[in-house]
Amino acid sequence: MSDMKQENINSTHYDIPLELQNQVAITTLDKIYNWGRRSSVWPLMFGLACCAIEMICTAASRYDLARFGMEIMRPSPRQADLMIVSGTVTKKMIPQIVRLYNQMPEPKYVLAMGACASGGGPFKEGYNVVSGVDRYVPVDVYVPGCPPTPQALLHGLITLQRKIDAQSIKDVRWYRKGEIAEIPIPVYGPDLIDPRQIEIIKQQTRQQPAAEQMEAASAEAQA
Amino acid sequence: MTEQLAPSVEELARVDELTTRFPEVVTPDTRKGYEGYIVRPENLIEVATYIRDEMGYDFLANLCGVDYLPENKMEVVYNVFRTTGGRGLTFKVQTPRDSSSVPSLTPVYPGADFQERETWDLLGIRFEGHPDLRRILMWEGFNGHPLRKDWREPFFEEEGKPFKSRWPEGHVYRIEDKNPFANNVAYPEGFDPDQWEPENDARLYESLRRSVKELYSDLDTEIIMVNMGPQHPSTHGVFRIAVALDGETVLALKPVMGYLHRNHEKIGERNTFLQNMPFTDRLDYLSSMSNNFGYALAVEKLMGVKPPERAEYLRVIMAELTRISNHIFAIGMFLNDLGAYFTPALYAIEERELILDIFEAVSGSRMMCNYFRFGGVARDLPEGVYDKIYKLVYDRLPRRIDELDLYLTNNEIVRSRTEGVGVLTPEQAIAFSEAGPVLRASGVPYDIRRADPYSIYDRFDFDVAVRYHGDTYDRYLIRIDEMRQSIRILQQAVRDLPEGPIQEGKPQYQVRVPAGEAYGRVEGPKGELGYYVVSNGKPNPWRYHVRAPSFINLNAYETMCVGNKIADVVAILGSIDIVLGETDR
Ligand code: SF4
Repeated sequence: MSDMKQENINSTHYDIPLELQNQVAITTLDKIYNWGRRSSVWPLMFGLACCAIEMICTAASRYDLARFGMEIMRPSPRQADLMIVSGTVTKKMIPQIVRLYNQMPEPKYVLAMGACASGGGPFKEGYNVVSGVDRYVPVDVYVPGCPPTPQALLHGLITLQRKIDAQSIKDVRWYRKGEIAEIPIPVYGPDLIDPRQIEIIKQQTRQQPAAEQMEAASAEAQA
Repeated sequence: MTEQLAPSVEELARVDELTTRFPEVVTPDTRKGYEGYIVRPENLIEVATYIRDEMGYDFLANLCGVDYLPENKMEVVYNVFRTTGGRGLTFKVQTPRDSSSVPSLTPVYPGADFQERETWDLLGIRFEGHPDLRRILMWEGFNGHPLRKDWREPFFEEEGKPFKSRWPEGHVYRIEDKNPFANNVAYPEGFDPDQWEPENDARLYESLRRSVKELYSDLDTEIIMVNMGPQHPSTHGVFRIAVALDGETVLALKPVMGYLHRNHEKIGERNTFLQNMPFTDRLDYLSSMSNNFGYALAVEKLMGVKPPERAEYLRVIMAELTRISNHIFAIGMFLNDLGAYFTPALYAIEERELILDIFEAVSGSRMMCNYFRFGGVARDLPEGVYDKIYKLVYDRLPRRIDELDLYLTNNEIVRSRTEGVGVLTPEQAIAFSEAGPVLRASGVPYDIRRADPYSIYDRFDFDVAVRYHGDTYDRYLIRIDEMRQSIRILQQAVRDLPEGPIQEGKPQYQVRVPAGEAYGRVEGPKGELGYYVVSNGKPNPWRYHVRAPSFINLNAYETMCVGNKIADVVAILGSIDIVLGETDR
């Protein structure tokens, strides 16, 4: 609320006659637009792994997400603005996550909570683990930790609010002309197939199997 | 656990019984550090039936496969116990690595169902006669069986840690840079993405439909298939339930999991023994201390060490605090599932936070404690924490549990939503290998702390909580009972906590674990949590398997739900209390 103080709102370099002060506020469209959005971000109610438990604790009375206007977690992506990716993203789950992301209306934000969502975390080398959700959906804020404490998550959310504050209605992507392209949904193949990588996959499997390449690579690394 | 190295009289008698009854078919396992019997695969069902009916081992706790690559064979290990208590029996079958196949034990122990599917999925051992042998953690069509020793993940670096790229020279590189796709993927040679038909769950729906037919063959109504999850607010994480409905009534139900399959076991076989300890935290992330406990016991069994007195007490204190924090959270979330949106959960989380503060003080982390070590614990209690625990267990927690009881237990809505819903008989519960609160709510007073005491549980005075209706309401009540018993144990443990060292010998990063196998188990908050560890004397375990109660308790889920309404499916799931980190591992 701090930036709704009179000094802040009235700092638009317009002179307000004395008798109208305290009755009329002049501000920029950006400010009022962003203030509305940043104070009622509705997160998607969706937990992936251990980090989700800390997210629940953040929403509970001790840390109290309601102070930021974010306590309304929506189970439906159609009503949510923010996807908190709270936990390990697996190959089996990523098609669903991308689908959820596509279903969220603009403006939408993604917060990667924890080491796993940011880069694979302790399970990075696993055969079913996606090394960071940002390989498939764009991420706005990363919160480190395993799991991040509720304080860290709150800090991440405040960082997101700052980001919202800095946006301008003139150039945000959701008011530009044309449709925003959906992210292609990965496919379960012999391994996860990213439709954007089809061409590379074809090249590679025609040459030599990736496993052999990896072996050669790691032999090289050891030498 | 040194006393377990020498065979007891009972055990010697058992050797006679099985081997004389089945000469040539059953042979004692004579490998050094191994125990139990090796059974000829052709006679497996016959021998298992005898073990269950004549010898009384009615509870199949653990079933897992081991890939003995150097000997070119696969082994399936079965750990069975008596629900009347006592030590267990281990038997194994062996099969060649290629075309490996053994008879399914589902006719004898229906609880083998999911575990056999998992073994097929990850190790590629076929179970002949299994009614529904589909992959369970990975998707159909995935290339290969990842737990086979010669299967390598796309980000493979070396067989065992510490990786040479990190230590001692330490030329660290990013593994992505070595992968042609700059991603954690690899495809078989000649794979053509244009020709690929992605899996469309055909086998899942086929299996769902099959269950319906068996149950209601004469009905001619339209059956609707509904999917709940993997993103659904009531599934406690990324869990999916496929149900066949007639109106609102559930005709058949199949749990679908693997959405949080983080390859715990494959990573565990690359890690050193101690490196696995923090990974166990992330199994059932609501009760990390109990997870540590089970793993420490299994490895200590192999190493033959025993923690000093004070460490034993600290372990028990932490494990019981964990049980309370888990149950209180489970009850809060269960009420959430019944529709009491978040208010009871807020009460529950408040108490849980107090326990988390203690964990944070002793281990440095609220949730991922990583507190146990082989032969001890990592740190002693910091100043002031003893008093905090004392006040909590003598004053605050007992009052708060009573309060919860007062508010919820006789609530009209709670009772009408849960009484008589999702009934599981004791026979079914044992047959499906249910464990923990689910088993005891069905009238089977089986608690490992009493039935096969580990650590120092034989010193404490407590009752095994048991309820007799086997319905959702009893599964709620039993958690209140168990919290009260945990308080009793805690009060004694806190009162008697001795002074002294907290670690046997010097703390070590690299422990020497002699070759052999061990199955260590504890009564976790969700049920029997077991670790099957095989060592070949190297710094990394050869096989590391987790017997996850959340996973195996789901065996009975369909039985509990069929005939009930779709809304009850949610309540019943809440009463089983699963955590996906453990279910999918
Ligand atoms: S970052 Fe850590 S706590 Fe979070 S999901 Fe990953 S393993 Fe769990």
